[in-house]
Amino acid sequence: MRHLLTTAGMSREDAVHILDTAAQMAATQDREIRKLPTLRGKTVVNLFFEDSTRTRISFEAAAKRLSADVINFSAKGSSVSKGESLKDTALTLQAMGADAVVVRHWASGAAELLATSGWIHGSVVNAGDGTHQHPTQALLDAYTIRKHLVGGDANGAQADGKGLDGLRVAIVGDILHSRVAGSNGYLLNTLGAKVTVVAPPTLLPVGIAARPELEVFYTLDEALSAHEFDAIMMLRVQRERMTGAAFFPSPEEYTRMYGLDAARMKRLPEHAIIMHPGPMNRGLEISAEAADAANSVIVEQVANGVAVRMAALYLLLAGEEAAE
Amino acid sequence: MSTDNAANRPVLIENVSLLGETSASLLLVNGALADPTSAPSDAVRIDGTGLIALPGLVDLHTHLREPGREDAETIETGSRSAARGGFTAIHAMANTTPVADSAGVVEQVWSRGREVGLVDVYPVGAVTVGLGGTQLAEMGAMAMSRARVRVFSDDGKCVSDPVIMRRALEYVKTFGGVVAQHSQDPRLTEGAQMHEGVVSAELGLTGWPAVAEESIIARDVLLTQHVGSRLHVCHISTAGSVDIIRWAKARGINVTAEVMPHHLLLTDESVRGYDARFKVNPPLRTQADVDAVRAGLADGTIDIVATDHAPHPDEDKDCEWGAAAMGMIGLETALGIVQKAMVETGLMTWADVALRMSHLPAVIGGVNEAHGVSLTQGAPANVTLVDPSAPWTVDPTKTASRSNNSPFGGIELPGRAVATFLRGKPTYLDERLEGLFL
Repeated sequence: MRHLLTTAGMSREDAVHILDTAAQMAATQDREIRKLPTLRGKTVVNLFFEDSTRTRISFEAAAKRLSADVINFSAKGSSVSKGESLKDTALTLQAMGADAVVVRHWASGAAELLATSGWIHGSVVNAGDGTHQHPTQALLDAYTIRKHLVGGDANGAQADGKGLDGLRVAIVGDILHSRVAGSNGYLLNTLGAKVTVVAPPTLLPVGIAARPELEVFYTLDEALSAHEFDAIMMLRVQRERMTGAAFFPSPEEYTRMYGLDAARMKRLPEHAIIMHPGPMNRGLEISAEAADAANSVIVEQVANGVAVRMAALYLLLAGEEAAE
Repeated sequence: MSTDNAANRPVLIENVSLLGETSASLLLVNGALADPTSAPSDAVRIDGTGLIALPGLVDLHTHLREPGREDAETIETGSRSAARGGFTAIHAMANTTPVADSAGVVEQVWSRGREVGLVDVYPVGAVTVGLGGTQLAEMGAMAMSRARVRVFSDDGKCVSDPVIMRRALEYVKTFGGVVAQHSQDPRLTEGAQMHEGVVSAELGLTGWPAVAEESIIARDVLLTQHVGSRLHVCHISTAGSVDIIRWAKARGINVTAEVMPHHLLLTDESVRGYDARFKVNPPLRTQADVDAVRAGLADGTIDIVATDHAPHPDEDKDCEWGAAAMGMIGLETALGIVQKAMVETGLMTWADVALRMSHLPAVIGGVNEAHGVSLTQGAPANVTLVDPSAPWTVDPTKTASRSNNSPFGGIELPGRAVATFLRGKPTYLDERLEGLFL
């Protein structure tokens, strides 16, 4: 693996390998000394063109637990009119000798551009580009689902080597603007899960009809009537979306039709898990009852994020030969 | 290229194929075509065997960037690029800095074009002050100026206010002008980055829906009919737009339309990879749209091919897709692309090429006394010689334009212009012909 840019086109073998590696990484995190010497001497740069404290500290924790040196480069404020800044920033990082660049950018395609432009020679990890992809988020979601629902017990002890075959996952909310939905759609499908997306038509991309592997419902109640979901993933809704661009009439109406509340929670099978990539709008897309329910794995997703990012950095920087 | 003396000598082009049909000789003397049997002995003789002669090409849609963005293009570099592409006349769009919305600016562009002397540069005047879309520019003053402006356009921006558009259509009737509309509903395309469809959903780029173009065209043809004026629709890119123009023409509405070479050849699939050289407005559409605009051009629904030559410096393209400028250069590749997409596919003859890249653009632009005239004796000696069997691979760095933002790098085109004559003087000669004029 040279870069981690997208889950589209990722093979099942590669995806399972990352999840298995993440499981090994997670196991080391129960030890007394959690730090591994694996990436000693390697430099990982967190290059963030937009704020995302959660993602940045997750990558930072992952790199540090592998003993890599971490440089945080916040390039926020670079505006559309100063597009060259990505190139100049990349050249600067190259000159400093970055082994891996974790990039978060407001422009879709920025990570791919960085990886293919020749500006830098290190590995590129896409930590979210515009409304395109966020592959480590999708991988941590898949890891979380596998751990809970595949392999016999809640710790997923026998999950190694397995995908998510036969599971049905609902993704509810702003599909149009969500890179989470974009990445998860491909990855979950590759791993054998069936994906249902639930959103008002205004928050679905026009081109979704060309993705026959994604089943679409316009209301959450219809979706809950149609399937017994194994996992339900609630996406963050930005309140700004209803003004100006008029994606939905009001937060109240959104909550009424798409919010996960106690009543809808009861319609899920007992084993179903509740997920959210965070940060949550409690009371908008998810009620406090659902967020704090026993079968909510939202906090665990954060912990799994570190393990998955450790696996990604390890596979990119330590290489296959060091895998033993 | 050539000494002044040599450039002023009469030129005899022998055994050239006129419009790819009949073989003949052309004598270019004193700026006009004359009887070839009367060629003087000092005439420069060009062997036209294997070449096709067309009336000099006319582009109704060029961005020369001067005044204001001389780092991207100047009237001189743009003129040189046009001559290399086989053009003898180009219409310079109004979105310069300052905007060409006054007699002063259009006269400046016009006179600088004359000074350079490689092509006739016809300034397009803005419809509204500063392209702001709210107040009509002094179109009368521009029409009466030395630049004699007849085409008015806010290109780059749409005249979206229906009342302003109606008034502009009415007003240009005063001097036989035409409004060339950039059809793009601004609200439907806020933040738009590429064609809205399957690929945009996958790439996470904000969509530019076809309906944003089509709804404006539908409105404008009806306004044109209502006020009895003349409309030209810039850069048609969708199948639906072709249908609407076809419908409007069938109703007798006085509308003309243009298509760009890139919309005849490329699709939104090119956007995968996020290479900003493929970012253009209107955006690259789907294969179905490409097929429809080709068919529309072949059957005459679309009247002309124009380039929308839009130079941008490297720093505006070598960056994130979302930060990149929209537009591509196209003067030197237009003819080769039309040959590849339309002639080699059997959709058009070379006579059609002359009609759609020379005669009709000149008519729409109101310059058809000087350009786009059939190559008969007495006509202005504006001639383009085409070698239809000279395959070449596009190298964007080898352009006369100051910018190299071509999406066609690496593509092989079947033919190209090898010589261009403006009023009998060579404005471009390829290496093979250059020596004749030394």
